[in-house]
Amino acid sequence: MLIYAARRVAATIIVLAIVAVVVFALVRMAPGDPAAIIAGPAATTRDVAAIRAELGLDRPLVVQFATWLAHVARGDLGQSFFFHQPVTALIAARVGPTLALALATMVLSVLVAVPLGAIAAWKHGGVVDRIVMGVAVAGFSVPVFVTGYALVWWLAVDLAWLPVQGYQPLAEGVAGFVSHLVLPTLALSVVHVALIARITRASTLDALSEDFIRTARAKGLRGPAILVRHALRNAAVPVVTVIGLGFALLVGGVVVTESVFAIPGLGRLTVDAVLARDYPTVQGVILLFALVYVLLNLAIDVAYLWLDPRIRY
Amino acid sequence: MVFAALVLAAIVAMGIAAPWLTPFDPAAIAPASRNLVTGAREAVRADDGSVREVRHWMGTDTLGRDIATRVLFGARVSLSVGIAVAALATAFGVAIGLIAGYLRRLDGPVMRIMDGLMAIPGILLALALASVWSGGVAAVIAAVVVTEIPRVVRLVRALVLALREEPYVEAAIAAGTSTPALIVRHILPGTWSPLIVQATYIGATAILVEAILSFLGVGVPPETPTWGNIMAQGRSLFRVYPHAVLWPGLFVALTVLAINILGDGLRDALDPRVRREL
Repeated sequence: MLIYAARRVAATIIVLAIVAVVVFALVRMAPGDPAAIIAGPAATTRDVAAIRAELGLDRPLVVQFATWLAHVARGDLGQSFFFHQPVTALIAARVGPTLALALATMVLSVLVAVPLGAIAAWKHGGVVDRIVMGVAVAGFSVPVFVTGYALVWWLAVDLAWLPVQGYQPLAEGVAGFVSHLVLPTLALSVVHVALIARITRASTLDALSEDFIRTARAKGLRGPAILVRHALRNAAVPVVTVIGLGFALLVGGVVVTESVFAIPGLGRLTVDAVLARDYPTVQGVILLFALVYVLLNLAIDVAYLWLDPRIRY
Repeated sequence: MVFAALVLAAIVAMGIAAPWLTPFDPAAIAPASRNLVTGAREAVRADDGSVREVRHWMGTDTLGRDIATRVLFGARVSLSVGIAVAALATAFGVAIGLIAGYLRRLDGPVMRIMDGLMAIPGILLALALASVWSGGVAAVIAAVVVTEIPRVVRLVRALVLALREEPYVEAAIAAGTSTPALIVRHILPGTWSPLIVQATYIGATAILVEAILSFLGVGVPPETPTWGNIMAQGRSLFRVYPHAVLWPGLFVALTVLAINILGDGLRDALDPRVRREL
């Protein structure tokens, strides 16, 4: 098991190295002077000269990459000449709303989707099953900004129950924090509910056809107990996997949702940085998201050992 | 599935026939008829002085352009992007996947690079690439192709590894078939049905991502009518005139839904073994 964990960690490091190369290469793929590109349109000639000297842009690419990587490894993601701040400070200032939105979405999605998927599998072929699966396909296809605007139109403009846009930190009051978070969370949850419900249904169906379910029935256990204690528990591994893989989807969704709802989080920062051609910030955010994604999936792989004692590497 | 195919066919037909379906020019700015609501009627004076009534089925935008017309022309961009990305990503993915699956020495390095690309959330990578390449539709297509290639590579590699073990492939090797002939004649035919299904999903994703990129302002230049651009332009006045956002949004959703349902149908039809309920 230790060997397995060590191998997984080694593979993770290789993947991260490749991510670093891709992110580094991103700026070099743009036509023009890399120093001017990194500095962005908002920078002065002096800024450009400073970058050229600092990153050693007259030296070979390998040396440049090593220099850049050394900076990144020390937690120095460079300077945003658009926002006039170090990128790490920018990220730190924007991480709160994104974390709130992402966590709320994950919690809501799991709470809604797992029971839905389980019921669909239990009564499979029935009306509930068909509705859940139909909604799941639709949920995949409707872009989050369409759901977002439809919800805003209905609940915020027409019925005026909730604020249209914006974000309020938790520190400024629970009611405001929650009411601003409801619509973006609902919009972003749709696709995750669809995904998780589908996987829960499929893996619960698999588990329900196992021998131990028949045994449980034979010893007189009632339906709900079988479903929750025996079937769902054995269906957990694929569901946890999909939550990990769904992180990429979540990041994409966050980028769009934060733009629709004017939430000052990391997603909004990414879009603003891309529009301003502020590449140090774009690189920093991509590195951060990729790092979280890779580490999350590493953690999930290791969690299998605990979730399913049958898995031995 | 039949219904999905019909919806998709209707949208394709609409895109092709766009200039004949509407009396308006998608780019014609009409300050007098700004922000008309869905279904608004308007009297138009023709060159010969006669007055006739036209209808803005989906209203007009902040510049007085007819939204229905722009949605029709937008279908062209969305569908072209979907088809181009599906074709290109599949072509590159098959080439790289065959190399990884067949030349074992290159397998490790190629797959690690794909893992690295896949570790970057797709929309982020597409956003960054589209911004770096900033060149309209071509840049958007290239950006989405790069993000989708790893998924095709993974699929093709897995298929090749499985097919290599098939008795008929071993028989071909024993009979002295050269590697290129083996790949073209025996390996490739076994990959096409899962590939078609995958290409369908990629087309749907591409349409979605194009709409998102254009909506965020990094995609197709704003003067081109695309579903994402129409929504982006309608955003600022959404509270008062929601139609400018909701109509194109409905079309994105319908198109992607139809393609996804079609993909599910194809998957079940092409591979009888996978008829398990998923």
